[in-house]
Amino acid sequence: MCLAIPALVTRLEGGKAQVDFGEGVLRDVNVSLVDAKVGDYVLVHAGYAIQTVDKEDALETLALWKEILAAEKDPGS
Amino acid sequence: MAEKLRFRDPDLAKVIVQKIRKVTPKDEHVKFCHVCGTHEWTITHYGLRSLLPENVEVIAGPGCPVCIVPAAEIDEAVQLAQKGVVITCFGDVLRVPGSNMSLLEAKAEGADVRVVYGVSDAVEMAKREPDKEFVFSAVGFETTAPSTAVEALVGPPENFSFLVSHRLIPPAMELLLGVGDLNISGFLAPGHVSAIIGMKPYELFPRVYRMPTVVAGFEPIDVLMGVYMLLKQCAEATARLENEYSRVVKWEGNPKALEAMERAFAVTGGNWRGIGRLPDSALKLRDELLAYDAREKYGVNVEQGKDILLGCECHLVIIGKIKPNECPMFMKACTPAKPIGACMVSSEGTCRVWAKTAAAQKVN
Ligand code: SF4
Repeated sequence: MCLAIPALVTRLEGGKAQVDFGEGVLRDVNVSLVDAKVGDYVLVHAGYAIQTVDKEDALETLALWKEILAAEKDPGS
Repeated sequence: MAEKLRFRDPDLAKVIVQKIRKVTPKDEHVKFCHVCGTHEWTITHYGLRSLLPENVEVIAGPGCPVCIVPAAEIDEAVQLAQKGVVITCFGDVLRVPGSNMSLLEAKAEGADVRVVYGVSDAVEMAKREPDKEFVFSAVGFETTAPSTAVEALVGPPENFSFLVSHRLIPPAMELLLGVGDLNISGFLAPGHVSAIIGMKPYELFPRVYRMPTVVAGFEPIDVLMGVYMLLKQCAEATARLENEYSRVVKWEGNPKALEAMERAFAVTGGNWRGIGRLPDSALKLRDELLAYDAREKYGVNVEQGKDILLGCECHLVIIGKIKPNECPMFMKACTPAKPIGACMVSSEGTCRVWAKTAAAQKVN
């Protein structure tokens, strides 16, 4: 129920947007709760975009994890 | 998304599991609790429990917003449906048992009950069929409540109203801390609820209850990383609030959504199936919007329902006290095809998640 799926904003029109869930699944969703631009990823839940997905943050998170994990491998172990 | 695959990277998972083993206390049992059906799905589907050390347990709390809707509120929807009102609801709500029947059973007897993907679809239906009365069964936690708020504030057509059953997650987490022998060592807080409410509502858990709390996402790496971050706090004997899911969860949450909720709803006490009444844990439409409150509009008000059927252990599953396979009916009298309790009905119910995937793998 709280499942929310990231989707790419492909078209914007007023409070509505067309988003692409990948593999050609398109849907109109309400974007009045987020500041999204075409090309942004948004998290979609029950027909509403509830948050924008920070792409840079996503990549940073991955990089950071790798770093944390790598750094902690050595000292003391 | 290519990134998505990397959040499922098995090599990275292996490294995190090694890290987890290293920080896990040797002589102590640690039990973390999540409160999200999607977390349970990820954990069960990817068999993450089997990757954790034996003394690290992750249990499922009340994380399924459909399972905790009390029978009385299903009864209200059933009553309206029987009066000829069109009931619109999420697919998962259809089979949730009421005291006497579910919405699906009411439908089988001729009531007009329709499944919608979201509240906007229900509003559109009402606009297309102005000669019928429509009610939307607004179930869900903070992830879902903003969409109800927006539609209520925009002003739906006259033939449309809401049966609001929204509930709030932090009060349920607080309740778990009071459950005597549950002995939780930390919370894996739900990512999509947090996308809306942000981090602040969790501050009290480390501060007041000394409870390590990590907001985590839903890919397997997210969950493993969340568990690792919790274990590290345990090892350091500290309690902090941390955010593993920063690509989606901001400190302040989603201010627009919070504002819409604030304008549309007042916080009130609410009943939770299997738990009972929790203060400040439910939402109701504000007085200005009462015209859209189906309970007011049609004068329905069921005070007491029959929440738990004889033999069903949902009330214990919901608060994480027992695992689904400890219920004698699990996969015997109670199956996804013929569910008895609410936890087996919803796709995010713990029993249902276990029924679908647990059979195939080793689970704790
Ligand atoms: S297995 Fe069925 S009867 Fe048992 S607790 Fe779960 S939902 Fe209730």
